[in-house]
This record gives sequence, C-alpha cells and structure tokens, in this order.
Amino acid sequence: MTKGQLIPATTFCLHHEIEISFIDALYDHGLIEVIRVEENVFISEDQVGTLEQFVRLYYDLEINLEGIEAITHLLERLKEKQDELLRLKNQLRMQRD
Amino acid sequence: MAFEDYYKTLGIKKDASPQDIKNAFRKLARKYHPDLNPDDKQANMKFQQINLANEVLGDPDKKRKYDKYGEGWEHGEEREKAQQQYSRQSYGGGQSYSSNFGGMDEDFLSQMFGGAAGRGGKVKYKGQDLSSELHVSLAEAFTTHQQTININGKAVRITIPAGIENGHKIKLKGYGGEGANGGPAGDLFITFVMADDPHYKRMGSDLYVTAEVDLYTAVLGGEITVDTLGGKIKLKVKPETQNGAKVRLKEKGYPVHKSEGNFGDLFVTYNIKIPVNLTDKEKELFTELAQLR
Repeated sequence: MTKGQLIPATTFCLHHEIEISFIDALYDHGLIEVIRVEENVFISEDQVGTLEQFVRLYYDLEINLEGIEAITHLLERLKEKQDELLRLKNQLRMQRD
Repeated sequence: MAFEDYYKTLGIKKDASPQDIKNAFRKLARKYHPDLNPDDKQANMKFQQINLANEVLGDPDKKRKYDKYGEGWEHGEEREKAQQQYSRQSYGGGQSYSSNFGGMDEDFLSQMFGGAAGRGGKVKYKGQDLSSELHVSLAEAFTTHQQTININGKAVRITIPAGIENGHKIKLKGYGGEGANGGPAGDLFITFVMADDPHYKRMGSDLYVTAEVDLYTAVLGGEITVDTLGGKIKLKVKPETQNGAKVRLKEKGYPVHKSEGNFGDLFVTYNIKIPVNLTDKEKELFTELAQLR
C-alpha cells in the first residue's frame, strides 16, 4: 500500500452518506485496500479518489460490484494502451527528426 | 442558446412515465458519465446535457412547466402573470409589475439549482474535468521539482516528477469545474509538453548524445569530457575509434518515471573531427602516413 494519511472508514462513510458494508464489499472484491487496527478500518488518503469514483458508480449509476470490477479492469487497460500509444508516438516523432 | 428538447436528449416520448425517464437517464449516464469516459470532452458535454434534461424532466414541477411553456419554460409563469397584469392595467388596473418580476427570477434560478431525488435525497454530480498544458524542458524534468502555476487566479504548487514524458498527464483533484447539487468539483488534468532538446534525443529513459572527438584521440586513444544532464563525465576513448562509433553508459540516461533512483542509459555517438587549415609540416606528415599504409 502506498504511503499517505489514514482516514477512518466511518468518517468517509458518514461524509458520503453510505453504509460501511460498501467498503467491506469493495475490499472483499479486491477493489480497494484497507488497514485494520483492532476493530477499526482505515483507508489510505491515496485511495480516496478511487473510492469516491466507486461510490458514484455504485450509488449514482447503480452499477453493481461485478460491473465496477469489470470497469476498473477495462479502465486500467485503457490507461496502459494510452501510455503505450504515447510512447510509440514519441518514438515515431524521434525517428522522423 | 438554442432550445433543447430534453425528451429528445433522453431519447424518450413525451408521455414517458417517471420510471421511464429515470431508466433512460440511468442508461445514458452509464454511457457518458465522466468516470467512465476519462479525458473525453464530448462525453462530458453529453453527460451535462442529459443531466440537465433529467433535472428538468425528473422533477414533476419543472416537467409540468417545461411541457406547458417549452422554450423559456423557466420564466413561463412570470411571463404569463405579467401578461395578465398588463392586460388588467390596460383596462385600468393599477399595480406595477416590474419589481415583482425581478424577485421571481431569483426564485427560479435557485429552483433550477435546487434539488433532485437520489442518494441521501439529492444526486450530487461531480463538476466538469478541465485540461491544460504545461511546457517543460528536458533538463527541467530531469529532477523531481515543484512549480507554481496559476489556475483561475489561484497559485497552485505542483510537483513535477522526474522522468515525465511528452504527453504525460497529472490530475489535480478538485481544480476543475464546480460540481452540481453540492457535488465535488471536477479535476484539472495537466498535460506536459516537452519540446525537442537541441543536444539530447530521448527514447523512453535512454538518452542519445553526439560527442566530438579529435582525430588524434580517436586514432591513439585518450580521454574526453562529455556533458550529461547530470553533470560532466570523463570518458575513455579506445585507440582506433571509428567515426560514428557508439558507447553505452549504463544508468547515465534519463530518470525512469515513478521509479526513484533508476535511470536509463546514455548512448554517446562519436563524431570525429578532421583537422582543417593544415600547416605544410602537417600535410607532409599526413602524406608520409598515407604512404606507410
């Protein structure tokens, strides 16, 4: 897990008006990482953006966890392909010079 | 702005039920939501349109006004009241309607940005993602450094990681457009634009540079100093080095992006300089050398 401040999962859930079970479900699906200290669950600050995205997909767009899993995988692949395209474009530009 | 047919935007008929409206919105939102279409401006614009259409058609009161007045529906009731008052005035009625008119506008604007049903009673939407470019030189991106940039009048300090490539993007969370219904602000995506460097060519994390070597060092061997982005380095030149020969200096190239302490290689191509303006003595010695071969 990357470094960053830890946020109690309950604080995140209260702020976004969601159930703590949602965080557990995301963790069970391997979509987020959490840190457990005794009974308390914490989220790394670095993951808040991703978690907020999952909240929007689940609650606003009514996409279930399996759907979110598939979307996350496809978005990662899209990012990889975009990076590869960028690298190739830069190589091509160099060879043209 | 041209009048927008919200029914058309959501792809539904005018007699669509509230459930049909909701379903149509969900279907389109899943297709065009900014989270599912990163960096796609057209999808973002489309999402804003369907969001607006849903805000109107998904609210029974707004929908009623929209259906009744069509274009300019937001002010339809005021217009109607004003017309009624005007006609009353024309027949001798006394009250002025101009002050009345101003107050109503504000009510309507606040209604427009008011609420919609959903999670916690309100659907919050993230603001529009914005994008901008930042020009960085090869030398600047050699080390991780901080730079202050101006975003909408606000000075924002950003960290430029070592080893970024032309076209790389970073996200500044919350620096995009404002959210709707109390939703979070969008993000600002900064694309790094790196101009070609006059001395170095870069391919991934490897750098390519040309170093001039005088004829005598190339023939007899010796040492030259090569400028690198990390400083000057001394390089041994083997005897009988040919023009265009390449040497690879391991880990003397460009930093590997997001991999602190790792560098690519530096490829040095030798460009052997032939002496010019030879003296008579030099010519004589070169001739002698040529005869020896």
